[in-house]
Amino acid sequence: MVRVDGNGGAASLIHVRGLDKKYTRGGEEIHVLQGLNLDVDSGDFVAFMGPSGSGKTTLLNLLGGLDVPSAGTITVAGDEITHMSASKLTDWRARHVGFIFQMYNLIPVLTAFQNVELPLLLTKLSKSDRKKHVETALQLVGLGDRMKHYPRQLSGGQEQRVAIARAIVSDPTFLLCDEPTGDLDRKAADEIMELIGRLVQEYGKTVLMVTHDPAVAKQAQVTLHLEKGSLVDAPEGAGKP
Amino acid sequence: MKFLPLLIANLFRKKLRTSLTIGSFAVALFLFGLLVIVRGAFSQGVDIAGADRLVVINKTSLIQPLPLSYRDRLLRMDGIKQVTYQNWFGGVYQDEKNFFPQFAVDVANQRAMYPEFIIPEDQWKAFAEDREGAIAGQNTAERFGWKVGDRIPLRGTIYTGSWEFNLRGIYKGSRAQDDTTQFWFHYDYLDERRAFGKGDVGWYVVRVAEPDLSVKVAKAIDAEFANSPFETKTDTEKEFAASFVKQMGNIEFLILTVGGVVFFTLLLVTGNTMAIAVRERIGELAVLKALGFSNRFVLLLVMMESLIVAFVGGGLGLLLAKLFSLRGDPTGGILPYFYLPPIWIVAGFGTALLVGTAGGILPAFSAMRLRVVDAIRRV
Ligand SMILES: Nc1ncnc2c1ncn2[C@@H]1O[C@H](COP(=O)(O)OP(=O)(O)OP(=O)(O)O)[C@@H](O)[C@H]1O
Ligand SMILES: [Mg+2]
Repeated sequence: MVRVDGNGGAASLIHVRGLDKKYTRGGEEIHVLQGLNLDVDSGDFVAFMGPSGSGKTTLLNLLGGLDVPSAGTITVAGDEITHMSASKLTDWRARHVGFIFQMYNLIPVLTAFQNVELPLLLTKLSKSDRKKHVETALQLVGLGDRMKHYPRQLSGGQEQRVAIARAIVSDPTFLLCDEPTGDLDRKAADEIMELIGRLVQEYGKTVLMVTHDPAVAKQAQVTLHLEKGSLVDAPEGAGKP
Repeated sequence: MKFLPLLIANLFRKKLRTSLTIGSFAVALFLFGLLVIVRGAFSQGVDIAGADRLVVINKTSLIQPLPLSYRDRLLRMDGIKQVTYQNWFGGVYQDEKNFFPQFAVDVANQRAMYPEFIIPEDQWKAFAEDREGAIAGQNTAERFGWKVGDRIPLRGTIYTGSWEFNLRGIYKGSRAQDDTTQFWFHYDYLDERRAFGKGDVGWYVVRVAEPDLSVKVAKAIDAEFANSPFETKTDTEKEFAASFVKQMGNIEFLILTVGGVVFFTLLLVTGNTMAIAVRERIGELAVLKALGFSNRFVLLLVMMESLIVAFVGGGLGLLLAKLFSLRGDPTGGILPYFYLPPIWIVAGFGTALLVGTAGGILPAFSAMRLRVVDAIRRV
């Protein structure tokens, strides 16, 4: 169950309490996240929406251990990540988080296969085991026949699917997607969303996704709105039944 | 080495740029090799000089003679084991540009004094028995295609007239650096035929019994002949060669300056290239970090790239320099020791890697310090 009221049990997979993030820019303080609470269970599919600048990317970066909060705690599967050292956090990311960004962020000089293999290079897997995992992941996203292709030889949608394969290849605890369809046309976006939906339903993945697109958000089980630095179930002004 | 494909892919990303940077290293190290060869050519005599040999010349100047009678007086002195003498000839073979040094030598003692030069026994014997005999160094013999038995005509410039010699042998050096451009013939033949200066020698070479005492013996020799019409100036062979090099100007300084500028330029080129390489892949480096690659990994990735360029380019340049040196002296006799010693190849290679490290270190640190959140925002 997804909750934003701070009353979720300690057993939830992702457990966020009193999360604060401030930036100072030109002497001025921007309070982006203010006392944000969130509970997400394993297998949940959550969409975050909110106006530009509301702090969606900031929240995702904090959840993914790419940034540290000004206050508050994030606990994932029992590990509190908010007090980890930078190098421990790096290891933690490798084991627990799969990132999918808006810009596909593939390495252009590596093939689809090599791009997907990257996270596995950080594991102790043998070369043949890595090959097996990469092939499985690429087949799962429907690109089993494009392994030797370079990113520039793929369409935007295909590139994004390679990025998804890379995010899931090491079987992370959860996936973080920042506007995964932001750069794609409707058709490619639908394909990506169908794929992410499948990851949740068939493979039981936990997915947290930021999007601007209500049609995309609809695919998620729950849509949360960022407002005034914290999460709410429905945006202000939206007529509640 | 599972990270190798990533490293290689990065190097091949901008092939032209990588080639140009490798080329810069190659050119710089080739130049370095040449400078070392030239420096060596001028000072090799110093490096390989016999530690126990002294050269006794006329105090006024090298071209003033000394009397042959000094030979016996030198032999009688304490601490002197062996004495020989030589005389510069300065003949021209066919054309002025075919320069090589020619010495009239003391046949009885020449070979014992210079054991580093190797001559077959039978050739030496034939030389000793032929008054018009001559021995040439391998380098010179090969240069003019001489064979044992050839008759070698030289036009005298100091001792005018035409002189002819029978080539009786060819000597080799026991070390690669040994000078094999010399041409030796009988002192007696010179002395008999020359119109002036009979009974004079150009200089003496003396072997001391105890190398540690060479300075003392040198002083004793100069004291022995002080206040005579032919005063002497005695130096170890090393100092003698070194003073010879000094006359050529401050080559060492020139080489250090040129070399320093070359390496400094190379450092700037590498630093700039690596800085560009890092800047254009900020997004990718950030993604690597997001995936869980450590800061140290990113640092090493950039450093390795810089080092590989230095390794390949530097190696290439030194290889070319070595090949160039193996073709021998391109000036035709002015630089007889045309040789690139292994120790300098190692030194050049080390310097190339050092430049690679230094050029890569700042970009590598900036890549290491790069914060993922900032970088991803920039894309
Ligand atoms: N490094 C930073 N320094 C200063 N301010 C920052 C920094 N990062 C983000 N901000 C500010 O924090 C606020 C939230 O940014 P964030 O990127 O999280 O918004 P977002 O909801 O993802 O917006 P968008 O929908 O446009 O992607 C913005 O006002 C932004 O300018
Ligand atoms: Mg954003």
